[in-house]
Amino acid sequence: MAWYGKTAHELIEAVSQRQASAVEIAESYLGRIEAVEPRVDAFTQVWRDSALEQAARVDARIARGENAGPLAGVPVALKELLCTVEGETTCASRILAGFRSPYDATAVQRLKAAGAVLLGKLNMDEFAMGSSTENSAIKLTRNPWNPECVPGGSSGGSAAAVAADECAFSLGSDTGGSIRQPAALCGCVGMKPTYGRVSRFGLVAFASSLDQIGPLTKDVRDCALALNVLCGHDPMDSTSADVPVPDFTRGLDGDMRGVRVGLPREFFTDALSGEVREHVEATVKALEARGAELREVSLPHSEYAVATYYIVCTAEASANLARFDGVRYGFRHPEAKTMLDMYVMSKTGGFGPEVQRRILLGTYVLSSGYYDAYYLKAQQVRTLIKRDFDRAFEQVDVIAGPTSPTPAFRFGEKTADPLTMYLSDIYTISCNLAALPGLSLPCGLTASGLPVGLQLLGRPFDEEMLLRVAHCCEQLRGGIGKPPLA
Amino acid sequence: MAYEAVIGMEVHVEINTRSKVFCACSTAFDAPPNTNVCPVCLGMPGVLPVLNREMVNKTVAVGLALNCRISRWSKMDRKNYFYPDLAKNYQISQYDLPLCQEGFLDIEVDGATRRIGITRAHMEEDTARNTHSIGGGQSGVDFNRAGVPLLEIVTEPDLRSADEVYAYLTMLKQILEYLDASDCNIEEGSLRAEANVSVRPVGAQTLGVKTEIKNVASLHGVTKAVEYEIARHVRVLDEGGTITQETRGWDADRGLTFSQRQKESAHDYHYFPEPDLAPIVVDEAWEQRIREGLPELPAARRSRFSDQYGLSTYDAAILTATRAMADYFEATAACGADPKQAANWIMGDLQALLTLSAMDIRACPVQPDALAGMIALIDDGTISGKIGKDVLGEMFATGKTARAIVEAKGLTQISDADALRAVILEVIEKNPAQVEQYRSGKEKVLGFLVGQVMRATQGKANPRLLNDVLLAELRKP
Repeated sequence: MAWYGKTAHELIEAVSQRQASAVEIAESYLGRIEAVEPRVDAFTQVWRDSALEQAARVDARIARGENAGPLAGVPVALKELLCTVEGETTCASRILAGFRSPYDATAVQRLKAAGAVLLGKLNMDEFAMGSSTENSAIKLTRNPWNPECVPGGSSGGSAAAVAADECAFSLGSDTGGSIRQPAALCGCVGMKPTYGRVSRFGLVAFASSLDQIGPLTKDVRDCALALNVLCGHDPMDSTSADVPVPDFTRGLDGDMRGVRVGLPREFFTDALSGEVREHVEATVKALEARGAELREVSLPHSEYAVATYYIVCTAEASANLARFDGVRYGFRHPEAKTMLDMYVMSKTGGFGPEVQRRILLGTYVLSSGYYDAYYLKAQQVRTLIKRDFDRAFEQVDVIAGPTSPTPAFRFGEKTADPLTMYLSDIYTISCNLAALPGLSLPCGLTASGLPVGLQLLGRPFDEEMLLRVAHCCEQLRGGIGKPPLA
Repeated sequence: MAYEAVIGMEVHVEINTRSKVFCACSTAFDAPPNTNVCPVCLGMPGVLPVLNREMVNKTVAVGLALNCRISRWSKMDRKNYFYPDLAKNYQISQYDLPLCQEGFLDIEVDGATRRIGITRAHMEEDTARNTHSIGGGQSGVDFNRAGVPLLEIVTEPDLRSADEVYAYLTMLKQILEYLDASDCNIEEGSLRAEANVSVRPVGAQTLGVKTEIKNVASLHGVTKAVEYEIARHVRVLDEGGTITQETRGWDADRGLTFSQRQKESAHDYHYFPEPDLAPIVVDEAWEQRIREGLPELPAARRSRFSDQYGLSTYDAAILTATRAMADYFEATAACGADPKQAANWIMGDLQALLTLSAMDIRACPVQPDALAGMIALIDDGTISGKIGKDVLGEMFATGKTARAIVEAKGLTQISDADALRAVILEVIEKNPAQVEQYRSGKEKVLGFLVGQVMRATQGKANPRLLNDVLLAELRKP
């Protein structure tokens, strides 16, 4: 049976009712991967044997009457930058080609403990730097809705695999929109939890103060189920928050009456493509019809978000990526004769152009003499951006708007000009700067059949409100169907 | 021209926590290469640091002992530079908000007290160790040391001579040792001192060009290097030359400093706040807890030893040199030994025995109560002080008590006048010539006769009694 078309909660139900074994489900997904990968190219590695072994272990536990975990038998795939003992952890970069991590990321450990079956790893922009997955050193991933379009990025593989039913859900990481933007472009649900909700231990760092792991799922309930497993304090991550983790599925069906939905005036401008705007507005109107109260809010400093982001994230990246030097692991240029050559040639040969660009930018903004003008100023603006949200959340419970200014774009369309590419994240970036939770869910298809994403932003640690509003939108607007894959 | 030296010190000490500063690996010194390592201290992809709480505790304790202001709010920063001994190619350190600031340490040189300003003391991680002797044209890196907690203590340019540098380092070592904050083993690299030296004409306000002396492997070496460097600066200036700002090493064999690295320009470390670690908030209650747990510090203990035990300043200084020595002394006195005698025995014979067997007083086989017991035997006349020396040696070698040794070897002093007289008469009879000399006024011969009696009694004669009886017999016609 074609289990691959099901959501995680449907699979959990099927396993618990003994309608399906974990092995049957895994086989169904592995078959699906085989069938559609030539068309999508989302996976960098498929762990066929280990997936079937994990599934068999789940079945054995169930057969013994044991609790096999809240995600027993659910096939999951991981973004290439999550450390796993299984397979390689390359961050889609030449510099880590063949690298095997000696440990599992905390998020991966949690999935394993919950009984999830790990299918493999997914393509991404190199070191999560990009918005189209075109910066991968491994391969191009295609949007399941249109093979000539990008899947978004940087978690493009994570979004495409979910949209193409190649896994029940996936993990991505979001530094400036890298979960939400590809989720929007591929028509799935993507959540960036509050900074500190999910341990970053084992997530290869791009920008430490912005990075957050989150799930990409087929629907909102699956998102809640995944968060139940992923969230929680980790003593290995000093920035992980020690706050209670609710059962995120419990509030999904909450009432919309009295929920105040904020619409930032700065998000609904001429820059927004007509079809995206129409779908977002229609969804918001539907919420109003269900009793939600719409209010215009202002985020006056959001115009500085992109500039601020590209200073903070490049500064942190310049230090985070310094360790890839050819000394202990990863690529060392075979012709380097001196220590300095080893550094320069290994990095020049190992990193792609976008990564090199950001390392240079970050090194520049941290230079003595420029620090105050760039990094320090950016941190000050970051505080102002956060204050904008604090003020807005005094008046509203959730902020709604578009996830991406446009639907999926074509390959090569934005690669010539990095700045154009950077603007793909114009609506998603401030959420990371302000350390808020953000969610994207599909809210319609354009005339040419491309998904449109609605973004919801919430108060810190109030993922429940986002899920509740998102779940209502999903009910009101219905699904967007499946992409036209053979 | 008369010159004045201006010296500032930067001291790195490894803090002796059991685990490393950002991971759970052991800090043990002599493990085989790359065995005390984990993904965190190896800088593997995806790892995160977690600050060792004990490091904060010990840093605050050192800060308080150095009269520093403890920052209520401080943070870690990344210091970025590339070198193969630095796993992440940045060192987690503290830049503009060190945990301890604006303290001082009073040092004594030639009986005068000088106050040395402490600019700051901050936490950081040690680097790995590169070795270039593994052969095959290759270099090796041992990451056992990577992530060992380091405290960097920086002074104001307040020191004026090599003697002051020596006094400062000695006092600092003492304090760190009293706090059990560091092993301060300069040979193993757990204490590394760098001196910034410059000279200027006496009375001048501006500073001269400085040189930095690094990588000196002993306390005396640092002092000698500073002494040499001051003299070199003066010589160069007197000859009309100029000092180049540079880092200099110390050649201990030839007793001179040599140029290591010219400073082209100040290095740009691209410091920025470490985003992987939360700010460090040491509130008043935390600081107070540490303050209350501080031991009595060397200076206070020294003056108390003088007051309470009537010891000379010199003796008090020696006995408080290490916390273990001071504890040993006080324990001996607490067992009833006369403090001055206890002091003499500890500083003299016991210290000699320890030195001879390269032993620390913490491992001393003679416990304080045993030493007090030995001193008591001298006090009550059971043995002489001379015999005591032998007994102590025996105690040190065997771990037996003084009484057991004295009894087993029959070392009890002869304090019976009649028994002694019999021996003395025998000596007088056997040495008529010497007796005659004495009686004719050559009193120096007395020592010979005493020695003869001592030999005959195997040293057990009570010296005072011996003297009295011998004189009495010699005076008899």
